[in-house]
This record gives sequence, C-alpha cells and structure tokens, in this order.
Amino acid sequence: MNIQRFLPRDRLQTLIDQLMSAGYDVIGPQVRDHAIIFDHLAGVDQLPIGITDEQAPGRYRLEKSDSVRCFDWATGPQALKPMTFVSRETLWRSDRRPDGSLAFREEPMVTRPTAIIGIRACDLAALSIHDRHFMHGAHPDPQYSQRRQSLFLVAVNCMRSAATCFCTATGDGPRARSGYDLSLSELDEGFILEVHTERGRDVVVRLDVTEATSAQIERANAGIEQAAKQQQRTLPAGPLQDKLVAAVEHPHWKTLDDRCLSCGNCTAVCPTCFCQTHGDEISLDGRQTSHVRQWESCFNPDHSYIHGIVIRTERPQRYRQWLTHKFGTWEEQFGRSGCVGCGRCIAWCPVGIDVTEELAALLIEPGIEPPAEQPGGKSDGQSGGVAHHE
Amino acid sequence: MNNALMPHEAEVVERHDETPDLFSLQLRFTDPVIQSQFEFAPGQFNMLYLPGVGEVPISIVSDPEDSHVINHTIRRVGSVTDNLGKLQVGDRLGLRGPYGRGWPVVEAEGTDLVIVTGGLGCAPSVSFIEYALRRQARYGRIQIIQGVKHAHDFIWRERYDQWRQYPNVEVWLTADTGDTLWPGRVGPVTQFFDQLKIEPKQTSVIMCGPEGMMNAVVRDMRQRAVPDTQIWLSMERNMHCALGSCGRCQLGAKFVCRDGPVFNYAELAPYWGHKGV
Repeated sequence: MNIQRFLPRDRLQTLIDQLMSAGYDVIGPQVRDHAIIFDHLAGVDQLPIGITDEQAPGRYRLEKSDSVRCFDWATGPQALKPMTFVSRETLWRSDRRPDGSLAFREEPMVTRPTAIIGIRACDLAALSIHDRHFMHGAHPDPQYSQRRQSLFLVAVNCMRSAATCFCTATGDGPRARSGYDLSLSELDEGFILEVHTERGRDVVVRLDVTEATSAQIERANAGIEQAAKQQQRTLPAGPLQDKLVAAVEHPHWKTLDDRCLSCGNCTAVCPTCFCQTHGDEISLDGRQTSHVRQWESCFNPDHSYIHGIVIRTERPQRYRQWLTHKFGTWEEQFGRSGCVGCGRCIAWCPVGIDVTEELAALLIEPGIEPPAEQPGGKSDGQSGGVAHHE
Repeated sequence: MNNALMPHEAEVVERHDETPDLFSLQLRFTDPVIQSQFEFAPGQFNMLYLPGVGEVPISIVSDPEDSHVINHTIRRVGSVTDNLGKLQVGDRLGLRGPYGRGWPVVEAEGTDLVIVTGGLGCAPSVSFIEYALRRQARYGRIQIIQGVKHAHDFIWRERYDQWRQYPNVEVWLTADTGDTLWPGRVGPVTQFFDQLKIEPKQTSVIMCGPEGMMNAVVRDMRQRAVPDTQIWLSMERNMHCALGSCGRCQLGAKFVCRDGPVFNYAELAPYWGHKGV
C-alpha cells in the first residue's frame, strides 16, 4: 500500500483528533527534564516545536531553533521499549491459604488501543527484534503481546541525524521501511503522509488532506537523503559474530577497565536490550507475593551469578559480553545484528564510550592503520558535526 | 494466552537427607491433570518456587517413565535451596517445567558410554545412568567415573555398588581429599582415563560438574580422538525465566535454559575455556 497525501501543518491537530475519536490513546514526543520523551499527547502545542538535539559521546542537549518543525530532532533516551517491554511489572501473584496450600493467579492486564506518533526507523527496527524475541518464540510473552497488539504506529522519517546516529550503517534508517501504519515526512509547510496499512488508511480518509505534489515528495526524499549523508559513524563490514567471538582474548578489552563504569546506561537506553530480573515482592503478613519482572543489565555482576559464583566478575568481561552479544552472537539468535544504529548508547554513556570505535579497535587487522577521519566531516551546520570526541 | 512463567502448585511426597548439604525431594503436582501430562527427558530441569524466597532451576533425577513423582536432588547453596531444604512431606511449593534439552539418549544409542561427574553436581548424570541401565540393550559398555571433593561428600554409595553389579558396567571413584574408609582413589577424575576402554568413534562422553573438571575431560577425550559432537556437557548459568527470554543464561549465542543445558562440545567450542564468557 503506497498512498501519499499532504497534510498542511495547521491540520496536524486533526490527525491527533482523528486518532482519539477512533478510540486510541495518543502518545507523542515532548520535552521533559531537558530531554525528549514519549507521553500522552492532547495537542500539537505539546510537541517539541523548534527543538533540536545535539548529541555526542556522553552528551545530549536540546536547543531551540527558529524552525517551525515538530520532529527536527533525532532521538530521545526512550525508544518504544518502555511501552511494550515495560521496565517493571507484575507477572503473576501467589497466595498462601491458611491450610498451607498455594494458589497462583495471573495478573490481569488492561491495555487500551494506543497510537504513538513520532517513531523513528531505528526504533521500528528494534521493535521488530523485540516482536521476534517476546512474541514469536515457543512461549509468547502475554504481557508484551497484549501491549504490542494494542499499538497503532505513526512513524516519522528522519530529516536530520544526530552526530551519534549510524542507522545507515545498520541498514535500519533513516527512512521507516516497515512495521508502521502511517508515516510522516516533515516539510516546513506540512507533512507527507504515507499510508502503510488498512487501518492507517481508515484514519487518513477522515483527514482533510490533498495530493502530495511531486515537488513535495522530492523535497521530502532529499531531506531523508540529507539525514543519511550527515551520518559519519560506520561499522565494520558484517557479519561480525565469528570475528567478535574470535576476539575474545583481544587485549583491547582490558582498556575498558579504565573507562567503563559498568553503570548499565547503555543497556537501559538500548532499544533492543531485553535482559530481565524476576523476583518476589511479599506482603507484610507473608501470605501474598507478587512476582515482578524488571529490566536487568549484563553490566550488573548479579546478572551472571550462580550458586556463589559470579561468572563475569570484571568490568571488561561484562562490556565484552554486551558488545559481543549485541553485534555478534545476536546474529545467530535473531538472524541480524542487535544494533539498529540509534546511537543512544554513545550519547548516554557517561564517559562517552563509542561502540563504533570499540568495534573498530577490536576488529582491525593487526598491522593495519585505523581509517583516517573522514574528510569534510562537518555535516550540516545544525548538529555541529561532532562525530569524534577525543 | 497462558503465562508460561507462572508455576503450578506441587506438594512434597517424600524427602531424604543425603548429606548435611544435600537432600532429595519427591514432588507431585497437586492438580492430577497437570501431573499426568508431565513428561520429561533425562537431563531436563524444572523451576522450583518458594513464595517470597525465589525460584531456581533444578535438574530432574527421576526416571521419565515414572509418572507418579518428580524427583529432585538439591544442594544447599543459597536462600532458595536452603529453604527448599526445610520443606517437609505435605508442604507446598510452586513448580513449572520441564525445560531445556536433556541428555542425548537417542544420539548415544549404539555407542559405549563414558559418564564423568564431578563434585556434588552428580544429580543430572544420575538421571542418565539410571535411564541407560534400565535400557541397557540400547547402549554398549558403560564406564562411570565419579569424582568428589571430599570423601565424605560421596552419596548414594549403595547405588554405585548396585551399578557395579550390571554386566558391562564399570565404576571408578575418586576424591580430591580421601579418608580412611574411602574405597576409591585420591586425585582428579582424569587419572582413570588410561584404564578406560575407548573406541573413539564408538563412544559418547557424558559429563557434568565444575567447568574446570569438564575442561580437563574435554581436553583428554579430544586427544583420544572422540569426536566433538560425541562429547556432551551439562552446563549451568543464571536463569530467571527458563524460556530463553530473560537473557541471563547466555553462553555465547546459546541460551543455556533453552538450547541446553546439555550441549555437545562442538556447539560450545567457540566459547569454551575463556574466563568470564
């Protein structure tokens, strides 16, 4: 389905209104605590109009611009992850009856149809990985599946990359390819609306849209192309599993000991990290328990604990586990890399560790010089083109 | 959609104290339908849950054809296993399973078995020994090597004596530290290997225990030209879900809970022998 329509800027509110009247809770990007996050959205005035993000290793800043655009930023710390694989939830409960017997009951879940506006191509790619992990295995996760199936997704094609973005290297962006209902490409005067599903069309037919002119479509394509060209970070040519597994004793891992804080920020902001802790909360009388799942990080020593032994005691071992899994062994598990090129782990690492640089250092053939900085590194004058941090 | 992570109620039918650290629980689902549908293979494991304490993976040691009870031998190593050790007959707990891929009971048919176990982690291999002895026609010579840390850790002495009575079965015992009544030798399990009768292509090696011990056995058996795909190891990693979801049991690309816990060496070779993997 490839229907393209033009929605003037002053009618963006009607998209929100139509989604609401179709029964959806609407969620969209907005500024909170100096970052762009996703939350309930009632009006376009809540969108980050004229806001850009400046990202670099260990750095995330929002800046005001004169732009009229709502989506002139790259990524916030959240992807879709908190809305499908939530950071903390009760899976089931148990009751100890007076006679000592135990009763287990599933935790009832209420989800409402939810439309999310402003999803980036990288995050759609991450969502499709999580769909495979949580929904398409032998034991589909009921919590994830119910939330996931309640979503209506409005993607936004990126017209601007942050300096940390490298989705062209992973092949996941900057244009949304699949997994959404509608997509928006933002021009100053409005939006090219692309319909991808039947239910997407059902929303668009109720909007006062016009044909998108070929000139508008060309400008949108040029904008997306520009976002791709702004990206400077690259990845070693894949597949990487065999190379990374073979690099298990590479001396470079030890250098992480002086840099990595093992804080787990990278795993919290990563849209594909899925590790979990399951544990009990117990009532004061000891009769009821809630079995709770929450996000876990492989940077936590407890992650690898077995009967008195921690397998990965040292920080470099934990960093190695994370990087080798994300870019290597993920391939065997999921048929692709676990990285979608969103760059969040680079920006939100408090010490600015850059996965693309670590991979280059680990996979470089001995005796070959690392590639020189790319000429003409300045990108677009907006992001400042900060691609290297030392 | 059923929540596969939610346990079912089970009760303790019998309990035995094997050593001060080791005990066995015979369990049965209180719902007879669930109990009658429970089928497992040797080497698979269950998740045992105590409300407010936690949930742990424990290997199943009973015979798969015994549908009345599910037997677990458990070592006290932490808060959950400590509290499981306090359960008495009639007490209730949560149980779900079975999980994982067990021993190669089919792949090893027609071959000689060399079964090496170390430390107290002998429960998983006992399930295969008992399985093979009851179906001896399917397997060739069975050679069992059991290593323990201290002589006093050795349990099931009568069971080993019983195994010796079978034709075509040999049993060796060794302890890192012996004592005066110790019937076996003192030293590592590999000291017996020169006495084993091994036709490499015709042999399946089955092992569980500390990774250091298994590493020594792997090295030795590979030198004797036993194919990597016929060297089988039961692995342990942290597990919270047992469904390949929580990510904690990963060993390279493998989820130990789902792809294992039993692997052949060829599957583990890329990750084997590196600290912290």
